[in-house]
Amino acid sequence: MKLKLQLTAAAFALACALPMQAQAQAPIQIQWWHSMSGPLGEWVTDLAKGFNESQKEYEVVPTYKGSYDDSMAAGIAAYRAGNAPNIMQVFEVGTATMMASKGAIVPVWKIMQEGGQKFDVKSYIPAVASYYTASNGQMLSLPFNSSTTVFFYNKDAFKAAGLDPDKAPLTWEEVKADAIKLKASGSKCPLTTSWESWTQLESFSAWHNVPFASHNNGFGGTAARLEFNGPLQVRHIQDLANMEKEGLFVYKGRGNVPDAAFISGDCAMSMGSSSTYGQLKNVAKFAFALSPLPYYADVKGAPQNTIIGGASLWAMAGKPAAQNKGVAAFFAYLSSPEVQAASHQRTGYLPITTAAYELTEKSGYYQKNPGTDVAVNQMVRKTTDKSRGIRLGNYLQIRAIINEELEQVWSGKKTAKQALDTAVERGNVLLARFQQANKG
Amino acid sequence: MAVEKRVVFRSRWLPWLLLAPQGVVIAVFFFWPAGQALLQSLQQSDAFGGSVSWVGLDNFRALWSDPVYLASFKTTVIFSVLVVVLGMSLSLLLAVFADRVVRGSSLYKTLLIWPYAVPPAIAGVLWLFMFSPSVGIVSYWLHALGIPWNSLLDSTDAMALIVIAAVWQQISYNFLFFLAGLASIPKSLIEAAAIDGARPWRRFWTIQLPLLSPTVFFLISINAVYAFLETFPIVDAATQGGPGTSTSIMVYKLVYDFKALDLNNSAAQSVVLMLILVAVTIVQFKYVENKVHY
Amino acid sequence: MVERSPKLDFLAHVILILGVVVIAFPLYVAIVASTHTAAEIFQSPMPMLPGPHLVQNYREALLGTGNAMGSNAPVARMMFVSLVMALTIAIGKIVISLLSAFAVVYFRFPFRMLCFWAIFVTLMLPVEVRVGPTYHVVASLGLINTFAGMTIPLIASATATFLFRQFFLTVPEELVEAARMDGAGPMRFFWDILVPLSSTSIAALFVIQFIYGWTQYLWPLIATTSDNMYPIVIGIRYMMAGGESLTPWNLVMATAMLAMIPPALVVILMQKWFVKGLVDTEK
Repeated sequence: MKLKLQLTAAAFALACALPMQAQAQAPIQIQWWHSMSGPLGEWVTDLAKGFNESQKEYEVVPTYKGSYDDSMAAGIAAYRAGNAPNIMQVFEVGTATMMASKGAIVPVWKIMQEGGQKFDVKSYIPAVASYYTASNGQMLSLPFNSSTTVFFYNKDAFKAAGLDPDKAPLTWEEVKADAIKLKASGSKCPLTTSWESWTQLESFSAWHNVPFASHNNGFGGTAARLEFNGPLQVRHIQDLANMEKEGLFVYKGRGNVPDAAFISGDCAMSMGSSSTYGQLKNVAKFAFALSPLPYYADVKGAPQNTIIGGASLWAMAGKPAAQNKGVAAFFAYLSSPEVQAASHQRTGYLPITTAAYELTEKSGYYQKNPGTDVAVNQMVRKTTDKSRGIRLGNYLQIRAIINEELEQVWSGKKTAKQALDTAVERGNVLLARFQQANKG
Repeated sequence: MAVEKRVVFRSRWLPWLLLAPQGVVIAVFFFWPAGQALLQSLQQSDAFGGSVSWVGLDNFRALWSDPVYLASFKTTVIFSVLVVVLGMSLSLLLAVFADRVVRGSSLYKTLLIWPYAVPPAIAGVLWLFMFSPSVGIVSYWLHALGIPWNSLLDSTDAMALIVIAAVWQQISYNFLFFLAGLASIPKSLIEAAAIDGARPWRRFWTIQLPLLSPTVFFLISINAVYAFLETFPIVDAATQGGPGTSTSIMVYKLVYDFKALDLNNSAAQSVVLMLILVAVTIVQFKYVENKVHY
Repeated sequence: MVERSPKLDFLAHVILILGVVVIAFPLYVAIVASTHTAAEIFQSPMPMLPGPHLVQNYREALLGTGNAMGSNAPVARMMFVSLVMALTIAIGKIVISLLSAFAVVYFRFPFRMLCFWAIFVTLMLPVEVRVGPTYHVVASLGLINTFAGMTIPLIASATATFLFRQFFLTVPEELVEAARMDGAGPMRFFWDILVPLSSTSIAALFVIQFIYGWTQYLWPLIATTSDNMYPIVIGIRYMMAGGESLTPWNLVMATAMLAMIPPALVVILMQKWFVKGLVDTEK
């Protein structure tokens, strides 16, 4: 009788102890909200899987939360309700909003430090990391999927126009000359561009080392105001407008809609995101090549570097220290050269560390895939105050204003100077409002 | 409101009980959140709600001094009128004929109602496939016919595009309700009129349309709400408010600013839009409902 | 209909066929796109006739090539979530709106019209604007990631109440008088007479609200934190790469077509109910 009781008690004690055991070994979950869909969604899932399989303490759970703006709205709503994820992927134009938030985020350098991870800012490629770094050199968010502006051209169309298909136009004068020849050979659209604000004004300004906005393009604080109606930018937009009148430049829409015009063979030359490379490789029925953005040969200091696009990862505040350690471990995993190099080659996004770039170079990847190093080359140089990036509030709306005003130029209703002046005026109202809303 | 039943039930507590389910749901899930949202129009805050300050009517003053915002009033009115008028007349036409034919009737009805099930995200993409000036099929045909279609740079083309897309989205909806309305008209009335010698055209105007008037009134209100409030996805997919700001209807700018996390500004815009809609609806109930046959 | 008029019948068919062609054309484009490869769709102009890849695309959409279909949630689960959402919203809305419209039309009580306007004003605010605060309410009730949290906030609308009000106002007074003379209370009148009379409106509303519930995107996206509560519309969006990468449009269209089968079935089934309702109205 007593034995039975003892055995039952022992069994009971064991049964109680077992769940505790299991709990102690269940990995700590790290919630990661992202906006990567399609093949990029698979990439994100694989990254999480790789990390989860490499250790047992933490489990990263990626969840697709819609497009960049939807997921940012979801993240903020969740934060306000005390329900934020551990990691949020936020697009580059949302950087100012994330930064200005009081206590909503934990800067990368801090979370790495508290998590006991090795972290050296200098190992990151300058022009990539600087966008997400504060003026004192401390990194705030981890660059994740960064692309930059490049120039594409249709080699078959070049050949048909009597141009050397292996010679990319490097200056704007050359671009114009090539466009004239292309038009003469029957092309209905010699030149177009996607992401016009990014390629023709933001990156353009950095490429030529002229300011886009005051206070170092906004890095110096929310008192910054727009300055992209300077003489060089006005000259450039007016040049494009004049080219449009001659049928050399054709406007094909906002955002990345014009990419379809290049991919279908409709337009012979275009400017856009380096990440379009993957699409082109799979879908285009003609030979094409990438090259750096064109520059004006008579501008001193050009070419400098271009501005990145894409998104970064932010660590949200208010989470238990154990989870923060997991976030730090995951960030360290993402930054390791092998993972970086693999990501870069798989997606066409820029590698974020110099080590990853060198690893890729050593493996001969750039030789086997000509043109894939164009984007990186533009970034591996020391940035200036005017070319580190852009950090302005309400930036989505400012881009919309730029689109609206540029369209007035393309439809012949305004001159470049009028449009850019109006855009600066309207944009500054938004910046003033952002400054006021984020005071103190 | 002039319209009332003559014969009613008497009960102190029953109507409240009947209203309770809907009342509770809208109190908790509409009025409370809506109140919070509208409160934001009187404040200035950062996106995360960390620093909030009271600014009274400043956001509204900022709207009033923005010429682009004021111009969007006109754009919105033109767009809404076109969408409501075209949407309703085309679907009424189709409903009357679908009600009339005997052969193939349910096939027609299914094919005309089914497009309502296309999720707006997909519909936007389809319009791009069809009308995009560079790769769209319809653009291709228009160019082949010699029509210089360019919704990227021509404001009229752009407005035509969003009107067509918005009307398309609603035709199935209107068609369905018109069908329901027509189906509830007793056949005996129509037959009696036919025996009296009335031709189809006359029957439509003297019997069907008047008896459809409750449905017409319903649809005018709903279509107005649709045109004013629910057309963001269409404009976003088709023109993004361009070229310039010529198709930037009020709800487009509102939701865009909201997604851009300019919360106080978009809250102020919502208040303005809501007041306009309420005014439009009051006018409708006061003047149009008098003409409705119940 | 009543008399034989071949000319009018011919005109009717012409207009209807024209209508179908115009209205259903975008759907045709989607079907064609779902039978080609992604590369073929990008050529200008897009091919107009169906291509040979139908089976391949649909199989890939249903079974997924690894993770092609939304993070880890399979199509079947997402369709289930969509189905539950659509049914709950449709039935929920119809039930509470029938009750409210009945109260507003057939009773006299203080604040009656105010109640009607309070219900009606819920249509006047764009949903995007109140999403954040609604999330807060739902979170504080602990309903995030539940079917209740995803559906109840959407039942709040006024379209159905408005429609029923319109219909009830057309119901002849004699019916109510007869019911009262028979000693029937309001609820008897409601169940035995009013609801059966409203069948065509109920059927129409069911189609509309089912599809409304089926195509919800923004609210489920925000109100859930785990992707096994995602409806199929989000799954389709997940396949459409935004911004910068290759979208497998052929697979997206194939999935969209699959997702549109249940709504299409609802439409076809509801037609039968229409006819039945018609017969009932011939009192």
